[in-house]
Amino acid sequence: MLDARTLQQLTDIVGADNIATGAQDLICYGYDATQMEFLPDAVVHPDSPEQVSRILQLANKENFPVFPRGAGSGFTGGALPKGGGVVLVTTRMNRILRIDTDNLVAEVEPGVVTEAFQMEVEKLGLFYPPDPASLKFSTLGGNVAECAGGPRAVKYGVTKDFVMGLEVVLPTGAIIRTGGETVKGVVGYDLTKLLCGSEGTLGIITKIIFKLLPYPDSKKTMLTVFDSIDGAARAVSTIIKNKIIPTTLEFMDHATLTCVERRFNLGMPESARAVLLIEVDGDRDLIEKQAGQIHKLIEPLGLVQFRVAKDAAESEELWRVRRLVSPSLRDVNPDKFNEDIVVPRSKVPDVIRRIEVIQKRYDIPIVNFGHAGDGNIHVNIMIDKSVPGQLEKAHEAIKEVFQAALDLGGTMSGEHGVGLAKQPYIPLELNADQIAAMKSIKAALDPNNILNPGKMLP
Amino acid sequence: MTKKHTDPLERVAQEMKKCVKCGACRANCPAFGTFQREPATARGKVALAQHLVKGDITLDDGTYAAMSKCLLCGSCVDKCPNQVPTDEIVIAAREALAQRRGLTTFHKAVGQVIRNRKLMNFGALAAAVLGPIFFRKVPSTSGLRLRFPMPFIGGSRHIPQIAKKPFMKRHPEIIKGEPGKPTIVFFVGCMTNFVYTEIGEATLALFRHLGCTVIIPQGQQCCGLPGMSGGDLDTVRELAEQNLAAIEKHQADYVMTACATCGGALHKLYPLVIGKRNPELKARLQAVADKTVDAAVLLQKLGLHPEETGTGQRMRITYHDPCHHRTAGIAKQPRTLLKETPGLDLVEMEGADRCCGLGGTFNVYHYESSLDINAGKSKAIIDTGADAVVTGCPGCIMQLSDGLKQAGDKTRVLHTVELLARKIRR
Repeated sequence: MLDARTLQQLTDIVGADNIATGAQDLICYGYDATQMEFLPDAVVHPDSPEQVSRILQLANKENFPVFPRGAGSGFTGGALPKGGGVVLVTTRMNRILRIDTDNLVAEVEPGVVTEAFQMEVEKLGLFYPPDPASLKFSTLGGNVAECAGGPRAVKYGVTKDFVMGLEVVLPTGAIIRTGGETVKGVVGYDLTKLLCGSEGTLGIITKIIFKLLPYPDSKKTMLTVFDSIDGAARAVSTIIKNKIIPTTLEFMDHATLTCVERRFNLGMPESARAVLLIEVDGDRDLIEKQAGQIHKLIEPLGLVQFRVAKDAAESEELWRVRRLVSPSLRDVNPDKFNEDIVVPRSKVPDVIRRIEVIQKRYDIPIVNFGHAGDGNIHVNIMIDKSVPGQLEKAHEAIKEVFQAALDLGGTMSGEHGVGLAKQPYIPLELNADQIAAMKSIKAALDPNNILNPGKMLP
Repeated sequence: MTKKHTDPLERVAQEMKKCVKCGACRANCPAFGTFQREPATARGKVALAQHLVKGDITLDDGTYAAMSKCLLCGSCVDKCPNQVPTDEIVIAAREALAQRRGLTTFHKAVGQVIRNRKLMNFGALAAAVLGPIFFRKVPSTSGLRLRFPMPFIGGSRHIPQIAKKPFMKRHPEIIKGEPGKPTIVFFVGCMTNFVYTEIGEATLALFRHLGCTVIIPQGQQCCGLPGMSGGDLDTVRELAEQNLAAIEKHQADYVMTACATCGGALHKLYPLVIGKRNPELKARLQAVADKTVDAAVLLQKLGLHPEETGTGQRMRITYHDPCHHRTAGIAKQPRTLLKETPGLDLVEMEGADRCCGLGGTFNVYHYESSLDINAGKSKAIIDTGADAVVTGCPGCIMQLSDGLKQAGDKTRVLHTVELLARKIRR
């Protein structure tokens, strides 16, 4: 609990309009997409790095935890105020400070919504590729803190691949710059990379310098249907092996297709067991050639349908299949655990087979879809929490899914992060020495453990 | 036995469970767009409703303030991955608030006036209801209480003229058409009856042109939407029954309205608020709902062919989608009609389907925010360089006119039927 004096000091920092302690506000800043909920003691909306710094200095002095929060759309509870404290919302800092067309960089504040930024740079013929599914509402600060991915990661990489530099308020209140805006730079430790994906445990991001690319000339979307899950999985590794890097390579398994078909009746062929949505972008002639090559390569793998979009409207129609996945899943069961394991791309067929075995053993529906092109599979374990025993079963199944990914040389999470949701499973992936090294970094930067405590590391 | 105040919320408790708090509503909610605080989002209101049911919070000022920040525009429902009916949840919460706290002075006045046609016919009072706009509304610092409504003081708001003689007083109840042509009940709505009578005249002219028999039931009342906005669902139920009786008196093929809001009431709200309590009444309301159709949609269906009648001068227009059309899936039909109309060039504005910010009585409590939302709309309209913005809802017409005038712009605001009526030979 915060005493009245501390609350007054917080009010002095951000102004009375930008602090809330009413029950309704606390509830509304206590949830995220995990559906877990913890009530904070206060919510503050600072508007500058200086305000953030003063809040963190006060937190160290008065010993209260601070939980940074963007849009609150995370899947692992990274922004949740577990144990109470102050939620620090970054969305008032939402200015695009500059877009430098000479050097192809942009500087933004953390509260800018991802899609809004993309639209601005695209007006200038530039491109910011990371495209998490939440891009219409998630913030760039949150994207960097969680190192968000997205379908285009196959070709372009994830958020951290576009972060050149940061302005960060360290847990003790010091405001520092990391990295810069030069293509090269090796002076000192690479704190920029350290902070990307640190889930708000090492500092609060107040400015971001992004690398930009020229906007691709054109793109081509293909919807390919296979008569076996194995065929689709092998198609992924075949395309990559033949040195074609599509922009996106989205995968949907039979369970996913059944859900979508049942709800939306898209008229998939009877024999459809898996779908790959493939997109290539770049020079017009090149992508024509690539589309032809892809068709030839995957034809022998049990391809039953190959549709190429003729224009933007048709492309949107093909993407619709993918977008309808999420709303359809609830028909299977009301509650889902949405995991996002990654394996080396060549191991996609193997991990899918392992998951099929797990599904049979536990007898709970597991729906798989996602960014197969980069080996990132969204494994959705669908249960009904109100049925006794299902929750326990789900936890056991999740553990086995993680183990399968790790056995194949992969990782537990590609883009959702650890937060609270995956914390119990951390020892599966990281050994004691690795955890100790990370904890020493945390302790060095945050000696009083006030910034997003209790997250990520066990 | 004392009634539990969260009863209306229990009605939608199952629906609340569908919300997974993903945050997609942050991208689409116009109220969040202006307030920029989480309690204004759809998921925030769902979370609060869930806590109300659990009993963790009460129907206090804080809950009242949060629940008032919704335009009931339905944008969140359209774009929600799980189709959570937040509009219905907010309506239930407002009903619970009204039951617990009583109606505000303002909403009591609204309820009294909209239930009383005689009072409404007395123009001044009608005006008081039609436009909450006629009141200077400043949420007081002590907690969003209204200053007592002061009719005719519009602040900076531009007030539409009240018609000298209401539309319904100018016409007989039944206007015979040609044999074999459809019979249509015309649900006029207050805005058309008392303010924008030209919309009524244009609608009537168009359907007479097609040879239809038009019935304007004399017993029809306000649709009740202004009441719903404040949680006064008892008034809505009362009006639903009166309107049902007025409509059922006549044999008709269609129940037609030129007001998107009235259409929303007849088509969706009435069967919803009656609920399971009275299945017989619900079934009758559903039968009317099934027959309810928007004027532009029906004109297209009946094969209206607009002709070149005028000076031959071309007009550049843009189209605004009323929320109650968007949620009913009406978007293509009015555009198709307008595109087929000689002399008109339709250009799309950015965000044509975004709410204009009126939101029933939202603009009473949050006039500044309503203006803010409206300002974005005005800019989108002005950017098209259109001579006129066209829409299918008199409520939107009032709000758009206000916004454009505030922006110092001269773009005209017209109803679809007004343009179409110019393109028939009478």
